[in-house]
Amino acid sequence: MDQEQKIRNFSIIAHIDHGKSTLADRILELTNSVSAREMESQLLDNMDLERERGITIKSHAVSLYYRAEDGLEYLFNLIDTPGHVDFNYEVSRSLAACEGAILVVDASQGIEAQTLANTYLALDAGLEIIPVINKVDLPSADPERVSKEIEEIIGIPAEDAPRISAKTGQNVKEVLESIVKNVPPPKGEVDAPLRALIFDSYYDAYKGVIVYVRIMDGSVKVGDKIKFMANGECFTVTECGLSKATILDPTGKLKAGEVGYIAASIKAVSMAHVGDTITLEANPAKEPLPGYRDVNPMVFCGIYSLDGSKYSDLKDALEKLKLNDASLSYEPETSGALGFGFRCGFLGLLHMEIIQERLEREYSLDLITTAPSVVYKIFLTDGTVLFVDNPANYPSPSNIQSCEEPIADAHIYSPSGYVGCIMELCQDRRGTFIDMKYLDTERVDIHYKLPLNEIVYDFFDSLKSKTKGYASFDYELSGYQVSDLVKLDIMLNGNVVDALSFIIHREKAYHRARKMVEKLKEKIPRQLFEVPIQACIGGKIIARETVKAMRKDVLSKCYGGDITRKKKRLEKQKEGKKRMRQLGNVEIPQDAFMSVLKLEED
Amino acid sequence: MSDDSLGLYIHIPFCKSKCPYCGFYSLESDEEIKELYIQKVCSEIRKWGNILNKPVDTIYFGGGTPSLLKSDKIVDILRSVNESFRIIDPEITMEVNPADYKSVDFKKLKFAGVNRISIGVQSLDDNELKILGRRHNANDVFSTYECVKKSGISNISVDFIVGAPGQRFESLDKIVDFCGENNVSHVSIYLLKVEENTPYYYNKSSLNFLSDDMCSDFYLYISDKMEYIGYNHYEISNFAVSGKESKHNLKYWNLEDYLGIGPSSHSLIKNERFYYESNIHEFNDKGRIIREGVGGTEEEYIMLKLRLSEGIKFNQYEKKFGRSFPKIYFEKISKYETLGLVKFNINVIKLTKKGFLLSNKIISDLII
Repeated sequence: MDQEQKIRNFSIIAHIDHGKSTLADRILELTNSVSAREMESQLLDNMDLERERGITIKSHAVSLYYRAEDGLEYLFNLIDTPGHVDFNYEVSRSLAACEGAILVVDASQGIEAQTLANTYLALDAGLEIIPVINKVDLPSADPERVSKEIEEIIGIPAEDAPRISAKTGQNVKEVLESIVKNVPPPKGEVDAPLRALIFDSYYDAYKGVIVYVRIMDGSVKVGDKIKFMANGECFTVTECGLSKATILDPTGKLKAGEVGYIAASIKAVSMAHVGDTITLEANPAKEPLPGYRDVNPMVFCGIYSLDGSKYSDLKDALEKLKLNDASLSYEPETSGALGFGFRCGFLGLLHMEIIQERLEREYSLDLITTAPSVVYKIFLTDGTVLFVDNPANYPSPSNIQSCEEPIADAHIYSPSGYVGCIMELCQDRRGTFIDMKYLDTERVDIHYKLPLNEIVYDFFDSLKSKTKGYASFDYELSGYQVSDLVKLDIMLNGNVVDALSFIIHREKAYHRARKMVEKLKEKIPRQLFEVPIQACIGGKIIARETVKAMRKDVLSKCYGGDITRKKKRLEKQKEGKKRMRQLGNVEIPQDAFMSVLKLEED
Repeated sequence: MSDDSLGLYIHIPFCKSKCPYCGFYSLESDEEIKELYIQKVCSEIRKWGNILNKPVDTIYFGGGTPSLLKSDKIVDILRSVNESFRIIDPEITMEVNPADYKSVDFKKLKFAGVNRISIGVQSLDDNELKILGRRHNANDVFSTYECVKKSGISNISVDFIVGAPGQRFESLDKIVDFCGENNVSHVSIYLLKVEENTPYYYNKSSLNFLSDDMCSDFYLYISDKMEYIGYNHYEISNFAVSGKESKHNLKYWNLEDYLGIGPSSHSLIKNERFYYESNIHEFNDKGRIIREGVGGTEEEYIMLKLRLSEGIKFNQYEKKFGRSFPKIYFEKISKYETLGLVKFNINVIKLTKKGFLLSNKIISDLII
């Protein structure tokens, strides 16, 4: 048999938490790809954050050998994909590098929003899908029902789907055999000009950018001059080979059908865009592989260091993250309230949260972030069109002809008992009902058009809390729509606090303004004088609260001449003061900002 | 009040029961430990007498509850002070719990030199006293006061707490009336503060504590009334008939030297602060001292002097530190003046009564 016939390229797709990474771990174990010593739970999730949150943020590729029951040794290339809607494009590129996909479905929870979204992506990419029912060891498991659900909703036979427990390892071998039997070996012309699909990359301090590729046609070896077809940049390959579970294995060449890595002294991941095609400069392919597109940020927010003096640390940290994350964008911004910081753009909410968390964890920064914003399209009276993602750039209302806001096409999958409260939530979030389908007798797919700015504002958390965590949610952008938008400002003691301004639909402005001033009143400690808190649109005040003047702050008793204790108390107060932001003559604790920026619907 | 005199604080860390608001070190003990303790106090006094060549002009027995000791024991301690230090025109104060008045021999104490009694009255409302977890009632207070007077000790101070859960204006009037009718020489009025790790702290939500605004109103009310009947509000929490200010406590505010003996007692000697560890057994055994570093700094001076109604006198400041009062403070001070919290002119800066209530805020702002 040709070597090529013994290659299997596949990925694992699943809804969050259905056990994708655990299954990947078991596969590594069963193929002896890692020693027991190296076996750390969820090996493919490199980042602490990934392991902790049980999500995959970046794609990973692992080559491993499997001796099948037919006695032959197969080369498996397992491409672990991010499962979240924010990274849909990256998922689609990873899938394009495969011939098959293992669809992991939780035996108790059944099909969820991302199960479907990812399955459709895999079907679009023409992959062979191998359904696997996981977590059958749990008492609540109902593999019969889930198997039926897969057949009815996705329309693929699931009667013989392996019923496994990735946790205990039960029946996982069946999955491997099924890969050998059902995933077709790669096709591709070894002799054609090189076409390699980039599905991931990361920055290595010694080798430069490591680019993960699937060779579709042709071959590449060390010393070849390669060309990125999207931007035309050329580099000389310094190293290439297979990516094993714990090491890179520099075999020196890669050929059609294989999955591996290329290093070519590339300085930034932004030069190696996911989805781009690599070819040889000397013998270029005529056409790049289909499906490449630029990825634009959809959600923006201001990120500031709590400690203003750490601005340059924040800058360095963002630079470093950007090295590995081409979809992150940032530019410097100044706020009267928060000082120097950055306006950052993200693929979506999860992406934003992840970046914030990584900044805080990996770079030990304490952050303040402003309310997330989307990109509004604003038509001015003089005929120009502005794209505004920052309330600070919102034009004067008298110059605005009309505004448009981005709209998302959203699907919510939920047990039918929650339809009422989900629809209530969507209505409250200015959603337009499209339709509702029963997936089976107990589960529904509710389809809404929702303004993106309603989604970025706490939608997911509300949905989860209203449905006790049962509903799942997925969305896709579907263009812009005219909207009655206003900019809401918050004033403290008569001064606008720029960091608290945001753009909102007029109907929602009053309610939100009220909540914000109430929350601020609760969070701003009494000062030595009265502080009015006002919310206004244009010059018009629509909500007001007052923080009364402080009366009492005194250490009345001196315990046995313990002056040091007194001094320490005052020093503590001094410390507390450092955590305050001075706005005009008003002192505001950091958490007052946080609380209004993360204002939750109670 | 010469510069090289010394104030002596002697801590008696015993209590029959712990008051729910108290965060100070005290414990219940058997006679044996008490006896050991007194011996240790005396030996520490002798030790310090050898080290410090300073005359003592104030002695203060504080607690805990000094009145739980047999009066003989107080006399013993005073004797060891007398043997170890020169004593010049002293003010010798002892704190007394009104619950103990029957067992205290005031005459004996007076004979031994005690010339000032500080009565821990706290309140004249029996309900409040219960809530405050005190062992006495209002009648005990009157009896105690009579006993002390009869013994010939005329310099009497009384302590009150303002801000007990459920307190009302009427209770403040009782305090003022008592002080006025008896011509009490010195009165301390403390605003109740819920200290961490006290029963009050843990039961904060279930007790009906007064709001900060209410406490502030109470404070201003009682201060005005006390001044009206002739008291001098000379420190944030202290009122006195002219000339009867507490010499001992003034040492704290004036950065004069004082030596505290007993667990958790603090000292300032020659610009050095230190204290005994807060553990009686450790004290009895070793009596280790923990150094806290330099005291008597400009920061401390500002912090402590502003507690006094006389405030910071610039010429005194200059004399003490060899430089004029820093100009950088004036900008901040003028902000407080506008708010009616501070008064100042070319000679002095002092807090108003409203300023007293916000003294932490003002002082921490100034010395940052």
